[in-house]
Amino acid sequence: MSKFQIFTNGLVKENPVLRLVLGTCPTLAVTTMAFNGLGMGIAATFVLFCSNIAISLLRNVIPDKVRLPAYITVIATFVSIVQMLVKAYVPALDKSLGVFLPLIVVNCIILGRAEMFASKNKPLDSALDGLGMGLGFTLTLVLMGSIREIMGSGTWFGMTIPFLADVDKFTFMTTPAGGFFTFGCLMALVIFIENKTGNKKERSIGCEGCPSKSVCGAKGGCE
Amino acid sequence: MAARLAAIFFTMILVDNYVLVKFLGICPFLGVSKKLNSAVGMSCAVIFVMTLATAVTWPIQNFLLTPVDEAGNLKWDLGYLQTIVFILVIAVLVQLVEIVMKKYMLPLHKALGVYLPLITTNCAVLGVTVLNIDNGYNFVESIVCALGAGFGFMLAMVIFSGVRKRLEEAQPPKCFEGLPITLVAASATALSFGGFGGLIENIFGAI
Repeated sequence: MSKFQIFTNGLVKENPVLRLVLGTCPTLAVTTMAFNGLGMGIAATFVLFCSNIAISLLRNVIPDKVRLPAYITVIATFVSIVQMLVKAYVPALDKSLGVFLPLIVVNCIILGRAEMFASKNKPLDSALDGLGMGLGFTLTLVLMGSIREIMGSGTWFGMTIPFLADVDKFTFMTTPAGGFFTFGCLMALVIFIENKTGNKKERSIGCEGCPSKSVCGAKGGCE
Repeated sequence: MAARLAAIFFTMILVDNYVLVKFLGICPFLGVSKKLNSAVGMSCAVIFVMTLATAVTWPIQNFLLTPVDEAGNLKWDLGYLQTIVFILVIAVLVQLVEIVMKKYMLPLHKALGVYLPLITTNCAVLGVTVLNIDNGYNFVESIVCALGAGFGFMLAMVIFSGVRKRLEEAQPPKCFEGLPITLVAASATALSFGGFGGLIENIFGAI
């Protein structure tokens, strides 16, 4: 794969949210507004980019048996850095993301990419992969946030949309139920396009999508 | 006191349900809810680990990271280490529980052991420990809150596994097959929990 291919892989072909079904929790929780989606996306991209580089550099040092705790420690370090930066410079975002900012640690995308890509590839490739995946995540979050914010509150990035000012708001979209609904419909749309263009991808949220797959002793027992 | 604890417990189950309202632990909710008994097994493991993790992380936060003296001033502030310390403690704890269970409680290990490794990276467990600190709960309140969150998780899992059983026989449009229709069904389930809003305030009053 060329460097460019590695970078663009995460944007569409292996979009983490809509194709790999990773990171569902933050996707559903923070997308009530487009701005929160953007903030969450950027924070996760930063962590993904840094942790991919660090884990790739350490890939020959970390013993295989303890790799999961080692990855979690590396990721948690970068998450703490992001937490401090966000608290210092964008306190409003810190408030609206709330507990989901520290929860980037257990975001399946980051652990999944460490396990699937960074532990097997060179630092430069891993950095590009992290950046691409992060951007794919951010774009999806902003898209979903935009849909929910425009339909639910009639604004976009906090700006009132002129011709929607007098229309009744579809507040269902900003509720938790609306989050599930938007995500389901968006995924159905992606599958519809896949069926038309003929590059279908199997989606499962069971073992295949689980970042703990290779270290888990359940062997499919939990499904 | 008892009323406040009951209010916290039922708020966590019905109003602030972790899965359906707060979106914590969506992966197991969608992945392990196909069969009723695996849904119950997973939920039991989550209840167990959540309570244990809270019992361990609360003292760590209040005696090691951000201890206060009698006057209420911080003795020292290591609060920025919270994320790293909590996730590592939970990871170690889960491993430890698994080893102890395997050695001394084999039947329990047979029933729950499968789900334990998955719980390390479950955002609901880390979420409940962090939220307990953020809410400023004392030790007993934290434990009750964790228990409530765990039972709320179980309720959502059990209800949803029933919903999914019916879903298997449904024939949605082709592009909705599989995960999308499951998400739409989850949306309907979450909507039903919206009906519990205001319930707790009215039963327990403004405590």
